Amino acid sequence: MKYVVAEASEIESGGRKIVTVAGRSIGVFNLDGEFFALRNRCPHQGGKLCEGKLWGVIRSERPGDFRYRPSREILCCPWHGWEFHVRTGQSWCAPERLRVRRYEVETVAGEEIAEAPDAASAQPDDPDAPVPGMVKGPYTAETYPVTREGEYLVVDIPR
Amino acid sequence: MIDADVHIPNPRLRDLYPLLPEHWVEHFENTMDKGASQEYYPPKSPVSGRRGGLEELREAVFERGGAEVAISSCLYAVDSIHNPDVAAVLATATNDWQAAEWLEREPRLRGSVVVPIGLPAAAVEEVERGAGRPGFVQVLIPVRTEHPLGSRHYHALWKAIEQSGLVAAIHFGGAPVMPPTPTGWPSFFLEEYTAMAQVFATQLTSMIVEGVFDACPGLRVVFLESGFTWIPSHLWRMDKEWRNLRRLVPWVRRPPSDYFREHVRVGIQPLDAPPDPAHLCEIVDQLGSDDLLLYASDYPHVHACDAGDLLLRLLPESLGRKIRSENARSFYRLSEGG
Repeated sequence: MKYVVAEASEIESGGRKIVTVAGRSIGVFNLDGEFFALRNRCPHQGGKLCEGKLWGVIRSERPGDFRYRPSREILCCPWHGWEFHVRTGQSWCAPERLRVRRYEVETVAGEEIAEAPDAASAQPDDPDAPVPGMVKGPYTAETYPVTREGEYLVVDIPR
Repeated sequence: MIDADVHIPNPRLRDLYPLLPEHWVEHFENTMDKGASQEYYPPKSPVSGRRGGLEELREAVFERGGAEVAISSCLYAVDSIHNPDVAAVLATATNDWQAAEWLEREPRLRGSVVVPIGLPAAAVEEVERGAGRPGFVQVLIPVRTEHPLGSRHYHALWKAIEQSGLVAAIHFGGAPVMPPTPTGWPSFFLEEYTAMAQVFATQLTSMIVEGVFDACPGLRVVFLESGFTWIPSHLWRMDKEWRNLRRLVPWVRRPPSDYFREHVRVGIQPLDAPPDPAHLCEIVDQLGSDDLLLYASDYPHVHACDAGDLLLRLLPESLGRKIRSENARSFYRLSEGG
């Protein structure tokens, strides 16, 4: 099921928004214009992973050697500092056995959402209003109107 | 069988005179400086070194002990000497003495290069002198040092040891200016001896975390008289902390326990055995590799229990064979038959 979770312009580059959809807390991240969504729950001990700091990528060949790429796409859990790659959900400390659940995010024009066949039946103030292929996310709860002119982030959460 | 830890007695200062530049002989004769202190333990106690000769060692280690090869070290404490020139010159003379009086006379006996560890640049020179020198297979480093062994202070020394092809043997003891426990000076020997396991643990952490094995991927280290029962839980903790703080030391690219199993071997004597010997098997299993332990007698020091007897009786024959000879043969790159 797809959920509208934010207006695309709302999350600036390097920023994030934490939303609740389908009973799950999810962090939506903007990495230099690309959007990624991760479950806001660290697979280690359940910390609110998506509230953690973002770091660049550091590689090193020997002590004192720091090769830094300032892409800020490594997310560190605020509880124990375990690192996850925002793009893939992959753990960086135990990659062979750990990853955090990630979800597909797409940017969809308001026009497309509005023109979906049953869109008319979706009431802006009804948080559970179904839209074919889409359920309006928190914005509907906040009576956020989907306008034909806007662009929206839609997260796909498999049932 | 290969015995990974036997000792040759300290030279008397007079033994070194023929190997010293003349002005140093005059220095020792005419001043109160008599070189390094002789022993870690009270004279004549069972764990204290005895002034046995080569014949006594041959009889005990090779004839009665059954070793094909024995790796020896001389614990003459040049690291306790604060005069840098005296430390360096006595290290050099001790190595020449070991070669002439012991190693050249007994080919089954292999030796350890003594270095003035407090002076890493001088230690590098001594390692370079020992590289490829017949009989020498390792460099002796006391576990108690002035700085953590992983610190940048020692990286040039590790590089020199790696390039020399020698093993780095980190041995119980040492006499730097630092206290022997992490919280300061203890009052009694009992405290110091017990704390030595924590010193080994700290040095292991330091070497892995500060990237010694990343800077020197060919470096081989052996812990002697460290005990090994503390190792599994220490590795569990280090691996756990690494997952939390890995990004601050990005050169450590694998869990610390991987580095330990690749680069470090451990002598089995003396053994900090649990009251129920059956628990030893569990601890050996927790080490996570059959390649790590090396048979060691610690001749001529006598301990309350013989680690070899106790341990090898408990373990499966295949593992016992690795501990008795195969692990040391492979790690020290000894050819078959010595």
